[in-house]
Amino acid sequence: MSDIITVRDMCLWYGNHQALSNIHIQIPEKSITALIGPSGCGKSTFLKSLNRMNDLVPDVRITGDIRYKGIDILGASVDVNELRREIGMVFQKPNPFPMSIYDNVAYGPRTHGIRNRAKLDQIVEQSLRDAAIWDEVKDRLQKNALGLSGGQQQRLCIARALAVKPAVLLMDEPTSALDPIATSKIEDLCTQLKDTYTIVMVTHNMQQAVRISDWTAFFLLGELIECGDTETMFSTPKDQRTEDYITGRFG
Amino acid sequence: MIQKSGISVSRRIFILSMRILMWISVAMTCALVVFLIVYVFLKGIPNISWELLSTKPSYLSGRIGILPDILNTIYIVLAALLVVLPLGVGAAVYLTEYAGNKALVGVIEYAAETLSGIPSIIYGLVGMLFFCQFLNMKTSLMAGALTLAVMNLPTVMRTTQESLKTVPASYREGAFGLGAGKWRVIRTVVLPGCVDGVITGCILAVGRIVGESAALLFTAGFAHALNGVIEGLSSSGATLTVALYVYAKEQGEFGIAFAIAAILMILTLLINLSAVLVEHYFAKRRNR
Repeated sequence: MSDIITVRDMCLWYGNHQALSNIHIQIPEKSITALIGPSGCGKSTFLKSLNRMNDLVPDVRITGDIRYKGIDILGASVDVNELRREIGMVFQKPNPFPMSIYDNVAYGPRTHGIRNRAKLDQIVEQSLRDAAIWDEVKDRLQKNALGLSGGQQQRLCIARALAVKPAVLLMDEPTSALDPIATSKIEDLCTQLKDTYTIVMVTHNMQQAVRISDWTAFFLLGELIECGDTETMFSTPKDQRTEDYITGRFG
Repeated sequence: MIQKSGISVSRRIFILSMRILMWISVAMTCALVVFLIVYVFLKGIPNISWELLSTKPSYLSGRIGILPDILNTIYIVLAALLVVLPLGVGAAVYLTEYAGNKALVGVIEYAAETLSGIPSIIYGLVGMLFFCQFLNMKTSLMAGALTLAVMNLPTVMRTTQESLKTVPASYREGAFGLGAGKWRVIRTVVLPGCVDGVITGCILAVGRIVGESAALLFTAGFAHALNGVIEGLSSSGATLTVALYVYAKEQGEFGIAFAIAAILMILTLLINLSAVLVEHYFAKRRNR
């Protein structure tokens, strides 16, 4: 299995505050990598650096090397919009646009220049099917997306992200705002999606990391303490701090 | 048990007197509004006739008609909106979405708020010097419309800005996350989310334009000629409010003045009503 994203010596500052220091990590292709760690440890910040969503925050400075398929994404020649098409994002709180279900999913393809109605119809259906929500919404595609339940909204957001045919999906605690049933639906969906996509997921839920991830990375105070195969890490962690965290001694 | 007898006598007198004072102020406010409306309608409605609404004044036959004034009002509203809308919305979008220097934005916002508070006659004076004389537009409806556009620019800009700020950051994040560029995010996600704010600003502006007289006395003039749009905008003309002033103050035609007042009041009511309807429409469309 090859690595789709490699990060070397990455540091990140918000103004004068250093939020991440010397991160080294490889994200293997077509797998789920879970980022765990206590609040404020920098895992979300790290996630958002991978498709440069941090650009939207004023006063952010990143040094080091982040490569996606071998291309340095911090370079000046990178088309950020194209990068975000390749590396999609699902947010903590479901954030469908206040428009119809159809228009939500079609937003991405339209953004990237697809206007043909039949083509759009096909993309919308396929994306909704891939996100396991097609059967629930196929009769009300023209209804406003805000009328869906929280869990449905989150799967719609996943469908919306899939519609631009990304290679990587970044998920920032995608289930923390959802009930247990909706959560398990999203988890099932993720395990299906990893056949096609690479998923990097921030989670606060240790069980979730064990249930669905192949790889786990543990962040603490802006540093990457340990990363590796999920099973090994949760059974025989190398670092004392990792063990303390996953056994619930702090966090 | 909570018993009323537990409250001391002096406390009860205090509560009672406060309640009476409150009722008096409510009654006075209502009475004032009702009196104003009834008085204007009683004096004005009998003077409204089809002839008044559909003709222009003639000194030969002594006839008074306000059709030119109605048309002038419409022209000036349309012309002013056409200028103030793109300018105001554009400025608001730039200041909230693009501008990097937040301190400077703060200064501009503060200046805009101050501008929206200064007396309209000052706008009239400046408008006369700048549009009528310096730009050589003479006394014309267009000069008046431009003056009113400048006057309403801060209002439209500020209401749009406030409305832009209420569009949730999560919408922007979602759109950026799909690879949309900045302009596309603004056009497809941010602006549609603040349409109701823009419309509210517009309606406030229309209300101020229809009700404005001081600034127009200097810039738009007093003529009652019946004109088409192009002709009308390039020549002097009185709007309804200015005509009201002229008929009451210079010709002693108080009946006509009250008729115009009644028409203006109905117009204001219609504008406010349409504001409510438009807001309902957008609220409904959002929650469909």
